[in-house]
Amino acid sequence: MASFDVIFLGGGPAGYVGAIRAAQLGLNTAVVEREGLGGTCVLWGCIPAKALLEAASLAEKVKKGADFGVAAGEVKLDYGVAMKRSRAVSNQNSKGVEFLFKKNKITWIKGTAKLTGKNSVSVKSADGKEEKHDAKKAVVISTGSRVKGLPQIGLDLNKKNVISSDEALILEKTPKSIVIVGAGAVGCEFADVFAAFGAQVTLIEVMPNILPVEDADCSKEVERAFKKRKIDVLTGAKISNVKVAKDSVSMSVEAGGEKKEIKADIVLVAAGRAPNIEEIGLKEQGVQLTDRGFIKINERMETSVKGLYAIGDVAGPPMLAHKGEREGVVVAEVIAGQHPHLFDYTNIPGATYCHPEVASVGLTEQQCKDKKIDYKVGKFPFSANGRARTSGETEGFVKIIRGAKYGEILGAHIVGAHATELIHELVVARTNEYTVEEVDLAIHAHPTLSEAVAEASLDSLGKMIHA
Amino acid sequence: MATKVFMEALSPTMEEGRLVKWLKNEGDAVKSGEPLAEVETDKAIMELVARGDGILRKRLINEGDTAPVGQLAGVIATADENIDALIAGAGAPAPAAGAPAPEKVVANQQETAGASSVPRSAEESQGEASAPPQQKVADVPPAAPAQPSAAPRAPGAPSAPAGAAPAAGDVRSSPLARRLATERGLDLHSVQGSGPNGRIIKRDIEAAAAAGAAAPRAAAAPSAPAIPREGDFHDEPLTQIRKTIAKRLGESIGPIPTFYLTAEFDLTRVMEMRKAMTELGDQFKVSVNDVLLKATAIALSQHPEVNAHWLGDKIRYHNRVHLGMAVATDDGLIVPVIWDADRKRMSDISRDAKELAKRARERKLKPEEFTGSTFSVSNLGMFGIDQFTAIINPPEAGILAIGTSEEKLVVVDGEPVVRSRVRITMSCDHRVIDGAVGAKFLQTLRRLIENPLMLVY
Repeated sequence: MASFDVIFLGGGPAGYVGAIRAAQLGLNTAVVEREGLGGTCVLWGCIPAKALLEAASLAEKVKKGADFGVAAGEVKLDYGVAMKRSRAVSNQNSKGVEFLFKKNKITWIKGTAKLTGKNSVSVKSADGKEEKHDAKKAVVISTGSRVKGLPQIGLDLNKKNVISSDEALILEKTPKSIVIVGAGAVGCEFADVFAAFGAQVTLIEVMPNILPVEDADCSKEVERAFKKRKIDVLTGAKISNVKVAKDSVSMSVEAGGEKKEIKADIVLVAAGRAPNIEEIGLKEQGVQLTDRGFIKINERMETSVKGLYAIGDVAGPPMLAHKGEREGVVVAEVIAGQHPHLFDYTNIPGATYCHPEVASVGLTEQQCKDKKIDYKVGKFPFSANGRARTSGETEGFVKIIRGAKYGEILGAHIVGAHATELIHELVVARTNEYTVEEVDLAIHAHPTLSEAVAEASLDSLGKMIHA
Repeated sequence: MATKVFMEALSPTMEEGRLVKWLKNEGDAVKSGEPLAEVETDKAIMELVARGDGILRKRLINEGDTAPVGQLAGVIATADENIDALIAGAGAPAPAAGAPAPEKVVANQQETAGASSVPRSAEESQGEASAPPQQKVADVPPAAPAQPSAAPRAPGAPSAPAGAAPAAGDVRSSPLARRLATERGLDLHSVQGSGPNGRIIKRDIEAAAAAGAAAPRAAAAPSAPAIPREGDFHDEPLTQIRKTIAKRLGESIGPIPTFYLTAEFDLTRVMEMRKAMTELGDQFKVSVNDVLLKATAIALSQHPEVNAHWLGDKIRYHNRVHLGMAVATDDGLIVPVIWDADRKRMSDISRDAKELAKRARERKLKPEEFTGSTFSVSNLGMFGIDQFTAIINPPEAGILAIGTSEEKLVVVDGEPVVRSRVRITMSCDHRVIDGAVGAKFLQTLRRLIENPLMLVY
């Protein structure tokens, strides 16, 4: 039994960042984590997936090498090697978090936690031992989320041929054929990886567009690029008649007025994640949930029970590491008695690392229409950008939606190489309420991809120079 | 460079002030921040301080005279500076904000920005004096007209952000906020920023516009928590049913449709507790009122639906409990505030209540000590009043009126017994609090008062 100021339940991006900030503010801090530090992001999400996508990108580049006068001969692809490298990167990052814990004198309690009161936690370790710990100031629930199947259409996860991203990340080799159900960020990224490694990929989405939360122009651009790479994209699709055999899965898919039978070695279900709210004693403590099953919190990350806080995936969408991280900072500062700037949920960037990459912040054009906002659009294609031509990556564009009257950035959407890096200029601009004029006033070095951002700002003012 | 001394708004509701006593003579050297005079406001006697260095060349208000906020009270300048032109305008209040005097620029925003008590929300700006504070006179060309053309400026037009709003260069603000301010004719100096380091952002302009605030920057304000911080409350737009309730009941009974809930509470256990505490020593002595204040604060923390402000277009529910405590003084009623009363120990409440009441009677309360309450309590028990109704202190939604505590014969389990009882009446603004909501609050209050051990939990 030990006593701390704050105990975080879960060491993912929300919990570990919150813990570091809490420790920096002088609080005696512990984190309960049963797996490795870093959570889904470091172990089963962002980091290992990006390592695989880098391999996919390299594969595509090497194939085009001859055009650049750099012919590498026959390209041999080995998913197993890419996977092992991805695990090594993941492991390295997890060790990095361990180092940060030591540096900040944060206690890692290894095991599974359960609330036994609003300021006490019992932790069961792997060997079955149970120990109680006190949190004098607060307990923060940062238990995250987990993959889920689609049992309602017969796609229960079986870890063999109906799998989630968890298993996809540790496959030894590429399947010959794979059906990916759900074309959000995770679905599109794995479609990209498996296509690059030679699998026949079918990507199925129930909504009218892939990447349904992104601006429709971006979705269409990626869909076009995917189709060029022979990925079979079915949108507005309905799946029925799922049959899971020993070494294959078959199903009927209705899309675009056609119905077809599809059979594949493996089905990857990428249709969202479920918050980890069970078995941590929420009900016993009277913690209220939202109708969608997340923990209900206010802007100070407080749950309905005083002294209990929740952050990250378990506290509601968007389920993004950087959203959880910021909530972690806010909760630590609230608990330390500071008055942090509250989280502006309208300014969270989104990033998808398929090729071409997609990144965005703010409203989509459709959302502007729905809200009846008077807006203007500026758009600049990378095909007109010098730097993009030099690297032969001319797919995509920068699209900026600005308020008609004041020029404020309502939304910004980028498709193309390095989009996930380029977006941050516009995130800074939007967060600080710069208008498109301030973006243009900033001098953009030539030749860079960032020039496309300035040009899109100018285009929204009707003053584009290079197109 | 001369500095004008104005009668300043030394409290949020002050419209005029009586100059009680000059602390400096004409010809005395003064430093910025040094007290120049004592001024009696509507609530207290405060010090008027110098806003610049130099010599107090002229005193323009006589001791004992009353002057409206904004009137020129004196001039600070160098020994040989010609100040005739400055004095010529004396007697008339300085131009109101909204028509900013173009030749004046406040050069020391930094100093006042952190310590400004300019109200941002509707309720606080009511009754706000509208005159500019002291301004440093600087040689600055008149600000260019805000709008180069009649049509709303397209973002394509060349813009000099600093010129977008009058003298905005010294105010931290976002480009979007400047454009909105220009269009709405708001002086950025009159707006309190809520961004990093007080940066003015879109929501601040919207809040200021909603409050009709072309209100000037108040000077000499304490760095008080008088402005509720973000996160200390949440606003809920009015639902249709709330709008209808507000409209119909307002027509029926007056601007604040009030109803009253009276209940009698058993104080026997409170009395026992007090007795036991007093026996432990004088330092543990608390009054019945202290216990009732603490109980009210805790009940409020559990009923944010009662701990609320009516703001006309929305209801503001407070997460923190700042308890107003009506105090009778020789000059009349004043309501000092016990901040975060729900989180304070009984001993702190007891000390605060004593100290605030004492200072209220001495008229020594600082503005932050009598503003910002989220709910109030009035107690006339010491005058032997059995029960009464208190008038709501807007924009608060309710007030408790506490009567005298006395021994009464009551029936417990069919037997007549003598118990200590008190009658408490809650006045509720029906636009915010419905009957059942008020009743539930009183239920919680009863549980706390009749089981005072829960107050220590």
